[in-house]
Amino acid sequence: MARLIHPDRALSTNPLKVSAPLGAAMAYLGIEGAIPLFHGAQGCTAFAMVHMVRHFKEAIPLQTTAMNEVSAILGGGEQIEEAIENIRKRANPKFIGIASTALVETRGEDVAGELREMLRRRTDFADTSVVYAATPDFAGGLEDGWARAVEAIIDALAVPCTRRPGQVNLLPGSHMTSADVEEVAGLIRAFGLNPVILPDISLSLDGHLAEDWRGHSLGGTKLVDIATMGGSIATLAIGEAMRPAAEKLAALGVAAHVFPSLTGLKAVDAFVTTLMKLSGADVPATVRRDRARLSDAMLDAHFHIGGLKVAMGAEPDLGLALGSTLAAMGAELTVVTTTGSRAAERIPTAEVIVGDLGDLERAAEAGGCKLLLTHAHGRMMAERLHMPHVRAGFPIFDRLGAQDVCRTGYRGTRAFLYEIANAVLSHPHRPRPEDFGAARISPEFDHAPPPPSHH
Amino acid sequence: MSEALKQKIQTAFVEPGCATNVAKSESERKKGCAKQLTPGAAAGGCAFDGAMIALQPITDVAHLVHAPLACWGNGWDNRGSASSGSELYRKGFTTDLSELDIVMGNGEKKLFRAIREVIAQESPAAVFVYSTCVTALIGDDIGAVCKAAAERFGRPVIPVNVPGYVGSKNLGNKLGVDALVEHVVGTMEPATVTPLDVNIIGDFNLSGELWQVKPLLDRLGIRILGSISGDARYAQVAMMHRARVTMLVCSHAFMAIARKLEERHGIPWFEGSFYGISDTSAALRTMCRLLVERGAPADLLDRCDALIAEEEARTRAELAPLRPKVEGRRVLLYTGGHKTWSVVSALQELGVEVVGTSMRKATDGDRERVTDIMGTDAHMYENMAPKEMYKMLREARADVLMSGGRSQFVALKARVPWIDVNQEKHEPYAGYVGMVELVRAIDRAVNNPMWADLRSPAPWEMSACDATDEPFVLSAVPGSKADFEDC
Ligand code: SF4
Repeated sequence: MARLIHPDRALSTNPLKVSAPLGAAMAYLGIEGAIPLFHGAQGCTAFAMVHMVRHFKEAIPLQTTAMNEVSAILGGGEQIEEAIENIRKRANPKFIGIASTALVETRGEDVAGELREMLRRRTDFADTSVVYAATPDFAGGLEDGWARAVEAIIDALAVPCTRRPGQVNLLPGSHMTSADVEEVAGLIRAFGLNPVILPDISLSLDGHLAEDWRGHSLGGTKLVDIATMGGSIATLAIGEAMRPAAEKLAALGVAAHVFPSLTGLKAVDAFVTTLMKLSGADVPATVRRDRARLSDAMLDAHFHIGGLKVAMGAEPDLGLALGSTLAAMGAELTVVTTTGSRAAERIPTAEVIVGDLGDLERAAEAGGCKLLLTHAHGRMMAERLHMPHVRAGFPIFDRLGAQDVCRTGYRGTRAFLYEIANAVLSHPHRPRPEDFGAARISPEFDHAPPPPSHH
Repeated sequence: MSEALKQKIQTAFVEPGCATNVAKSESERKKGCAKQLTPGAAAGGCAFDGAMIALQPITDVAHLVHAPLACWGNGWDNRGSASSGSELYRKGFTTDLSELDIVMGNGEKKLFRAIREVIAQESPAAVFVYSTCVTALIGDDIGAVCKAAAERFGRPVIPVNVPGYVGSKNLGNKLGVDALVEHVVGTMEPATVTPLDVNIIGDFNLSGELWQVKPLLDRLGIRILGSISGDARYAQVAMMHRARVTMLVCSHAFMAIARKLEERHGIPWFEGSFYGISDTSAALRTMCRLLVERGAPADLLDRCDALIAEEEARTRAELAPLRPKVEGRRVLLYTGGHKTWSVVSALQELGVEVVGTSMRKATDGDRERVTDIMGTDAHMYENMAPKEMYKMLREARADVLMSGGRSQFVALKARVPWIDVNQEKHEPYAGYVGMVELVRAIDRAVNNPMWADLRSPAPWEMSACDATDEPFVLSAVPGSKADFEDC
């Protein structure tokens, strides 16, 4: 159990955290025909949109209620109504997911109440599902916003339903990429089970080209499928943050299994065990082979990961997934995370700082870390400390294919171990006499001047 | 094979400095010290390979291999001998003979051109030209080409006559060093000489191992003047004849040069090792004693003793906290020569059990030392077939294998930790600090949590009911109507 450290300071330097509304928007984008709508002022929406565009390299249909000076004071109910009206006119979405921002939450508006009232009145909005999640920027990060959005969707759209044999609910956490979601879905299907994935960014934010242009998300979970989730035989939630959502489905009679992580041999073993029980099916040969290949990858990679001091900045669920995998390979972690969640406490290290990249930089330097694992904003820190930087989390704006990186399941774990080991290998330490306290050889012997000292 | 080369090989097999060699009968000696290779059951490098291992650590020369591509194309850039100066030695230069070159007899011309090009391109301190199987077979006279090129380009061009087929790596070591004695040693004079100048021969400075020891010499004021070791400069080889003492880092292959330095220039030599605590101390003591005998200030001995006392105490203090982590662990050593015993005593001091040590390439002296340290010779074994080793490791008769790269996968596939103690390794283990590093490496290897995970059965290998549900939490809400059943 890691001790959570909350640094006592006023200044945050180089934020690690990403706002909760952005997390909600990302989750909403995993629904088919969706447009996320920020209830707040225009600026935060623009920042969030640019952030996602840079990460996904996709057009992101994110809208705003564009609160102005007047509505900020008098309340924004009308702004929402107007926004929905305009969005419907322009893009005709099947689904609008609203996320509140700090502004409206600070006012203490009863958005949910007003929205219910308004939707009753506006029967012409009936063919668009509208869902609202309270995601003030001041509480939690991307992981929490994502989870709140999923809970809101379940609250609004999942209903009691007759049992559907072989159907399972998969609730991927915000730390999973499109490729991760696809990998897990494939694993579930390999056991003959049929997953309903909520949200499913593996179909919407996976970088595909569509046949036409729509102003809303293309691909994602179908609304009709969400309605059947109450009939699934089990819910498989990935990440602690998804536990409340799984429990909402459990209230509809669906057994909830929460997997803190699907990265690392033991974690995937636990998942496979559950799939074996749920399906009663034989373990497919490909799964057996993937496990054997992971075992061999562990052997090859442990020379480089064993004893490696890793500085990791990540949201709790991602931190737990990647951190526990590295620790199981003998790495030593220095960790900064965003919120004091249960997952954060379970990251296998003595202390976890709830802080920012500034904290991580100080701790990494003091701890002599040799590799940085965090999102793209860590790049300057990596440069300053001369560390290889493996990018994980959100945002990753300086690499292509962030959504294609799979670190989940036996195969994803294998790729992750190679990725870390290769980062170490490609940053070779060339020893110098000075490293050992030895004096340099007398220049008298040198035929040519020695090259400049470099590490 | 040319008569001259035959002659040279014969003399290489006579090594008066080597006790094993001297004890042999004339006819035994003619056979050489390497055993005849068995077709179909031979693995290991050729003479060319051996010469390269010996000489490539000389950093500021161009090592030019006169051969079709295979010899060096497959061999270059694979050793971790570190340099603090020139990086030239890491470049792979070869004449890359084509079929046409060979049938047209263009080998010598191409070599000459290659020498010219490498000098123009790299301005090396010297060019070392290696002959190989094919170029020896077609009769290229690299000696003549080197001589002509040296005259023409005003730069030392040294022929190293080592076609792979003449023998093993070990013989190649000797032939390589022989070329230095013949063509390089004594060709340059140092600006100054001091009574504390030494030669160090045969340490490859892998991952900087020599630098783990050099601070000790620095503190005693001892200068490495001459060197055929990692991080050596050409000038250091050329100036060897002016040192006061030669330390030969446990290597029979290099003995010839140490002996010749003694014969020709009166420089006494000794064999020592920087592996393990007591060996490092012994090497330092011997070096200082010999220097004093040759006129160094007598207080050197006292300073040496003080340094050793201080370093040994510090090392033991650093090792103490590691003891609980490695105590009782069983190590299988599969290496050769002096390493068979040089680390054993230090490991035993830490409560590490050495279950066996291989006697490959070991001398009678090595054997005696093993028996001395272990109290019995029961732990010595010769070669071990991979199959046997796998079985032994699988049966968990050792917790960790320490060996060279070739047995790596025998250990890993048996799911047993492995530590590289041979030439490709990335961790330096020399001197006092190196011993601490080695024990840390053992700790890191055997205590890596990965092994437990790796050895645990797959979900489908467990019977349905003893599968543990950890670490996930099964939380079907009470009263739910789920038709899920936990077993
Ligand atoms: S045996 Fe001959 S041909 Fe083969 S690598 Fe050695 S030198 Fe080259």
